[in-house]
Amino acid sequence: MSLNLRRLTPLAAIAALALPLAACGSDDSSSGASTSGKASSDGGSVTLYNAQHEDLMKLMTAQFTKETGITVKMRNGDDLEMANQIVQEGDASPADVFATENSPGMTLVDRAGRFAKLDDATLAQVPAQYSPTNGNWTGFAARSTVFVYNTTKLKRGDLPKSLLDLADPKWKGRFGYSPTGADFQAIVSAVLALKGEAATKAWLAGLKANAEPFDGNSTVMKAVSDGKVEGGVIYHYYWYQDQAEAGDNSKDTKLHFFGNQDPGAFTSVSGAGVLKSSKNQANAQKLVRFLSSRSGQRVLADSSALEYTLADGVAANKALPPLTSLDAPKVDVTNLNSQKVIELMQDAGIL
Amino acid sequence: MLLAIPTVALTLIPLGFIVVSAISTGADELWRLLVRPRTGELLSNTARLTVATILTAGVIGTAAAWAVERTSLPGRRILHPLLVAPLAVPAFVNSYGWVSLATWAEGFHGALLIVTLSYFPFVYLPVAASLRGLDPALEDVARSLGHGPVRVFARVVLPQLRPALLGGCLLVGLHLLAEFGALQMLRFPTFTTAIYDQYKSTFSGPAASGLATVLAVGCLLLLTIELRARGHRRYARVGSGARRDPERVQLGRATLPVLGAVVALVVLALGVPLGSIVRWLVVGSSTAFPVGDLVSAAGTTALLAALAAATATVVALPIAWLSVRRPGRWSTMIERSTYFGSALPGIVVALALVTVTIRWATPLYQTTAMLVAAYVILFLPRAMVSQRAALAQAPPVLDDVAAALGAGPVARIRRVTLPLIAPGLGAGAALVFLAVVTELTATLLLSPIGTATLATKFWSATTSVAYGAAAPYAALMVVVSIPATLLLTRRTGGATAT
Repeated sequence: MSLNLRRLTPLAAIAALALPLAACGSDDSSSGASTSGKASSDGGSVTLYNAQHEDLMKLMTAQFTKETGITVKMRNGDDLEMANQIVQEGDASPADVFATENSPGMTLVDRAGRFAKLDDATLAQVPAQYSPTNGNWTGFAARSTVFVYNTTKLKRGDLPKSLLDLADPKWKGRFGYSPTGADFQAIVSAVLALKGEAATKAWLAGLKANAEPFDGNSTVMKAVSDGKVEGGVIYHYYWYQDQAEAGDNSKDTKLHFFGNQDPGAFTSVSGAGVLKSSKNQANAQKLVRFLSSRSGQRVLADSSALEYTLADGVAANKALPPLTSLDAPKVDVTNLNSQKVIELMQDAGIL
Repeated sequence: MLLAIPTVALTLIPLGFIVVSAISTGADELWRLLVRPRTGELLSNTARLTVATILTAGVIGTAAAWAVERTSLPGRRILHPLLVAPLAVPAFVNSYGWVSLATWAEGFHGALLIVTLSYFPFVYLPVAASLRGLDPALEDVARSLGHGPVRVFARVVLPQLRPALLGGCLLVGLHLLAEFGALQMLRFPTFTTAIYDQYKSTFSGPAASGLATVLAVGCLLLLTIELRARGHRRYARVGSGARRDPERVQLGRATLPVLGAVVALVVLALGVPLGSIVRWLVVGSSTAFPVGDLVSAAGTTALLAALAAATATVVALPIAWLSVRRPGRWSTMIERSTYFGSALPGIVVALALVTVTIRWATPLYQTTAMLVAAYVILFLPRAMVSQRAALAQAPPVLDDVAAALGAGPVARIRRVTLPLIAPGLGAGAALVFLAVVTELTATLLLSPIGTATLATKFWSATTSVAYGAAAPYAALMVVVSIPATLLLTRRTGGATAT
């Protein structure tokens, strides 16, 4: 084998040389896509683990860079995936700031003791109900649960009165959901907080029997539009976004807001927080403060994201019904437990 | 042997990770996660689809190879590259092509159709190469002994095709066990898609590695079956004289049906996805051409794929050489062990590397080197299978002759062995390249911050049902894959038969 070794050594050497080169190469080629603003800005940088929609965060961080000169490096993923990743990374985490679509991911990181306390000025920017009492993270956007339905298949009078009605056998095979996503899991956490474990278990068993699983809220909506199912549980902005565009995936559909403080009227809070392990505390605090500031919230309101703003004095996009009109149930954000939800969903055979 | 050890160690990291996390999860929790109806559902789905696809891809791939290599099929020079070309269309792009046009293409039958169309070239390629490399003298002998064409095929040709056919089927099976994107899009849950769902909810949680344990057992099963079926035979020709070209079967009146079937295969495997991409490029309402993003993603993808192909070729060679030229218990074990990583989904390999680097090699965490290492673990068998087939067909006696003529060991490798196996090396590298271009889950997890590939961009667009926005990335993935696919279509294997 020593014969082969001699033959291969130069090749191996080339490969070894190529590795670091390529590392530089790929960093260069992608820096334009990953960082907002110019690399030459002298405000330093901050690393964001982002589970919010990438398009929205690109817009928001671009404005942040414009105002502060701080560039933002973004790693994208899903709420609970990134939350668990941060916990596993521990003190070695490259992240300075973590932002999610739904609050259970924030709570998971908070319970693991990974967040630093936010500046009081940051916390004062949004109403108190949108951040935990310990002040370790803040809400910066919200979304409402809705039932999207196909208008040719379902009449108004046949719509479910409550989200919990969908566990009834009469709904078997008639509606879709995206159980693997953090969005639906947040909805389950609200049901758990409002109705308790036994009722949630029974409801999940009903969903397992009745609901058609799809991958992602857009896919659920398209299935409703195509008439594959009569309705589906999603968040409001998927529908408004599609309607604002060509409406390809939401033809023949309307939204049903549950209201009545039903679990189905749950509004989920998107959160942001600074990691305790960050060696970049000052910039990290600045980024989080920006997200819920008037300036940041205005970017959100003007964008095509169509999620709700939370800061006082910045109204949400005009296309949306006002957040206060939705009659959402009162849920303490710190009580939304993702670990228990995952366990219940595994036991129900949904995950 | 020494050269093989680091590679084997690398490829065994994922398995070690699964075993360790299964142990640390504890029996009770593992029991709760595994012994439930959902596992049975996934097990049945995975097993049904794997068996069915191996059968359909095996039959279709072999039949197509025979038609092109051994019959008077008209247009075979054009059809040959077209039958390899589906390799340039990633399975999840194929799914996208079908699903965005026909909403019925879902569930078991949709999955079987689409995965077969994507994977049959894994069988077609090695079988076609073997058919070309076979010595027709054996068939002549069989015919002279009174066997008809069917019996000659069944009793003489087929047994000689065994390494190629089994190797191809093994690749189909292993890749199917690890397939994520295509099946997720077709809403057909298997172990791999379920592991991804668990990962999305828990990152590196016990449920994901629990399911991966079951998948690893499935992989072990496939490897054992293939090893048993392969047996220990010699496939290089012996004796003196040169091999002549085989007689082609005159199709006669069967020409039209056979041609029709082959063309239909090409249309389904290639025409539908490509037509669908073009349609979305032209009429899709979400179609956008963010030139900067497209160029940087294409550049990153090509660079990563080239790097991984080169690395995999270099590290596979000593192991392939050992397994063919020094067969024995140890070399077989070494060779087989490198297959483990590839039967595990990208997500599991990535989670293993993440866990290992976070704890013991923090500087490597989220670096390009780690990503390339994951690619090597995942796709080494692609290089290995091609190299082994080439080595098996290169008669070792030539090496001895060169030695007898006074050539030193280095000269023998350079002037005898390498030229003989060069096509195999190239084919292996090309297969690795193609695989990396379309890899999704490991890339999502391991890539350095800000690195986006065509596959990850494509995926994020399709999951939000922005079929138009996904189309340019799909088109570029196909374009980047074309050179490697062309390399595969070059007439390789055995002596030149043109």
